Amino acid sequence: MSDLLYSDTEEALRDSVRRLFADRCPPESVMSVYDPAPHDFSDVWHALAADLGMAGLLVPEQLGGAGAGAREAAVVMEEIGRAVAPVPFLSSAVLATVALLEAGDTETVKGLATGSLTAALAVPLPTAPDDAVTGVSVGGDGLTGRVTSVAGASEADVLVVPVAGPDGLELHTVSRDASGVAVSPVLALDMTRPLADVEFSSAASSRVGAAEAAVRAALETGAVLLASEQLGIAQWCFDTTLAYAKQRKQFGRAIGSYQAIKHRLADLWIEVNSAAAAARYAADTCARRDGEATIAAAVAQAYCSGAAVHAAEECVQLHGGIGMTWEYPAHLYLKRAKSDQLAFGTAYRHRTRLAELVDLPVS
Amino acid sequence: MGAEEQTVAEDLRARVRALLDQHDPASSDPRDFLAARFDAGLAWVHFPRGSGGLDLPRSFQSQVERDLMAAGAPPGGGPHNGIGMGMAAPTIAAFGTAEQQRKFLRPLFTGEHFYCQLFSEPGAGSDLAGVATRAVRDGDDWIVNGQKVWTSSAQKAQRAILVARTDPTVPKHQGLTYFVLDMTDPGVDVRPLRQITGEAEFNEVFLTDVRVPDANRLGPEGGGWKVATTTLNNERVAIGSMAGVTRETGMIGKVAEAWRAEPQLRNPAMHDELMRLWVEAEVTRLTGLRLRQRLTAGQPGPEGAGMKVAFARLAQAISGFEIELHPESGLQYDDWTMRQPDGVDFTGREPGYRYLRARGNSIEGGTSEILRNTIAERILGLPPEHRVDKELAWKDLDR
Repeated sequence: MSDLLYSDTEEALRDSVRRLFADRCPPESVMSVYDPAPHDFSDVWHALAADLGMAGLLVPEQLGGAGAGAREAAVVMEEIGRAVAPVPFLSSAVLATVALLEAGDTETVKGLATGSLTAALAVPLPTAPDDAVTGVSVGGDGLTGRVTSVAGASEADVLVVPVAGPDGLELHTVSRDASGVAVSPVLALDMTRPLADVEFSSAASSRVGAAEAAVRAALETGAVLLASEQLGIAQWCFDTTLAYAKQRKQFGRAIGSYQAIKHRLADLWIEVNSAAAAARYAADTCARRDGEATIAAAVAQAYCSGAAVHAAEECVQLHGGIGMTWEYPAHLYLKRAKSDQLAFGTAYRHRTRLAELVDLPVS
Repeated sequence: MGAEEQTVAEDLRARVRALLDQHDPASSDPRDFLAARFDAGLAWVHFPRGSGGLDLPRSFQSQVERDLMAAGAPPGGGPHNGIGMGMAAPTIAAFGTAEQQRKFLRPLFTGEHFYCQLFSEPGAGSDLAGVATRAVRDGDDWIVNGQKVWTSSAQKAQRAILVARTDPTVPKHQGLTYFVLDMTDPGVDVRPLRQITGEAEFNEVFLTDVRVPDANRLGPEGGGWKVATTTLNNERVAIGSMAGVTRETGMIGKVAEAWRAEPQLRNPAMHDELMRLWVEAEVTRLTGLRLRQRLTAGQPGPEGAGMKVAFARLAQAISGFEIELHPESGLQYDDWTMRQPDGVDFTGREPGYRYLRARGNSIEGGTSEILRNTIAERILGLPPEHRVDKELAWKDLDR
């Protein structure tokens, strides 16, 4: 049976990640990602990836990783959501790492596991796990083609690229600094997860292996773990709004003493608890490679993406005017939650996918 | 599982085997079997020895239930004794003296004593602490007078858990006392209360000079509110856990079954609504599972209120959708006969019944509005509503 709670090890891991973010990227400093000259957070990523060893969570021990699984990575994602931390954990330590491992790579992942290398998987962020990925073209002179809205490309040393080969989709690695690679940052709704368009024109690459199943596994793991990030976002929004409702006074009493506010917070508490159950079930079934894992992933995405957005919207509303200000961090969470709703497919997309998985056809 | 837990689990399995060896469920009288199970400490392993338990952590109970169910053993408390098993028993275990536990728990568990709950009154619904039923001390007894309502199964109950006012001169929460009442007393008059479904699951209960021995008082005189809260927390967990243990149990299963079997019902707009409800049902199931994992140790607190609100909302949404899904049969109803059922049969009846009965889910056991207050104040620590009734003596309240 699935354990939907947290082990002591998982709680200890959470503490160390939470402390790091509290010290090194509190919300006030994260806000600078919207400035023309943003603060450089690469030291935070390095501390998370290398010092705390989180980059190697999903990498087997014989390849220099921690040999942990989705349950532990999900806890890191919760904390990333809670801090809207601008670190490429999802793009490098999850998407690129899983794709490379599944495609049979044993070299690049060693660098990824220690945090000495950072990678990004060159697929558009909205790609759902069962979407067809066409890949860029390959010829005698290298890779050619364009991939839009790639998460983590600007921070990456290595691009992990699905390529349309003669016998189907192949996975290649390309150095981001190679000639023929142009990475153009996108001005995004959510700047805490930087996106970029990547253009390849005769870029030299190394073939890793077959990519079809590898890319699907990466996207599926990404979808599972994103639900935990969404849980973290929802939890921060809920906790912060609850604290504000206790402290903010109007008409001579705390606004949290009015039923109009109380009942919304009670409903939000129920929703956040439900999101926790869905996210933990998805992480646990993914970690155990349970037969239910694909359904659990779709359920978690169909539920948690909306829960995070709702929590962030309630956070803005129940804070009143302060919630609309640039100065207050609520908007960081709203923007991240709304963008996360599109990542790996919308809830609509996941419900459609579920319908096939559980035999409830549309017509 | 640690080595120590392994040993306990092994020991429990041996006890279950011994019970089954000596009392074959297939040939034993159910009451004898349950008496033997009680005496073996396997009724509730987390209860004290001598009270049907073995002083073990609550987490070991589910294994015993599974093993016994697999062996075809009769359900604890006898059929449908949900109030006895789910609410009275944990309350008696928490507040009863050792002697009261011995006296009440064994006949409750064997099914000899079927229980009902005498809490709500016409004038005290959401405001349960405002109950007006009076209990007046008379020697070693209490004399009880008043009217209770929404009492399931009162017509067949031998015992009731009762909240009554023993002191009207103090603020309302302080003047309540909790009793176990004998429903066979001649002063108990039970009248069925017909509801919107056509049947009468509930009753009105009129109490006229009913004698209750002081030995049947649970907890101190004036301490009834705290005892009642324990009962109510257990009730909410029981109602919330109706959300089902495996996927597609309950109402969503009926809807999914119809969708698969009858392609002519399908249309794209309803499909997305169906999938939303399906996801909601699955997430509610997982939330219940997670709550049970958190509760394996100790008494349920107010957390069950959240499950109950979620379950009610879901049951109402699904049952409303189900009627619209069936354009012809949605107009029909299966049975308007006035009858007194053993319990709620959500899946055994037709969509019209489910729709009507589900309206009660957000009213019974605490309305969803009151439960949101409970969550906000007791779990989230938000300031309480401004109230005029907390300081005044109950007799001086505007009622």
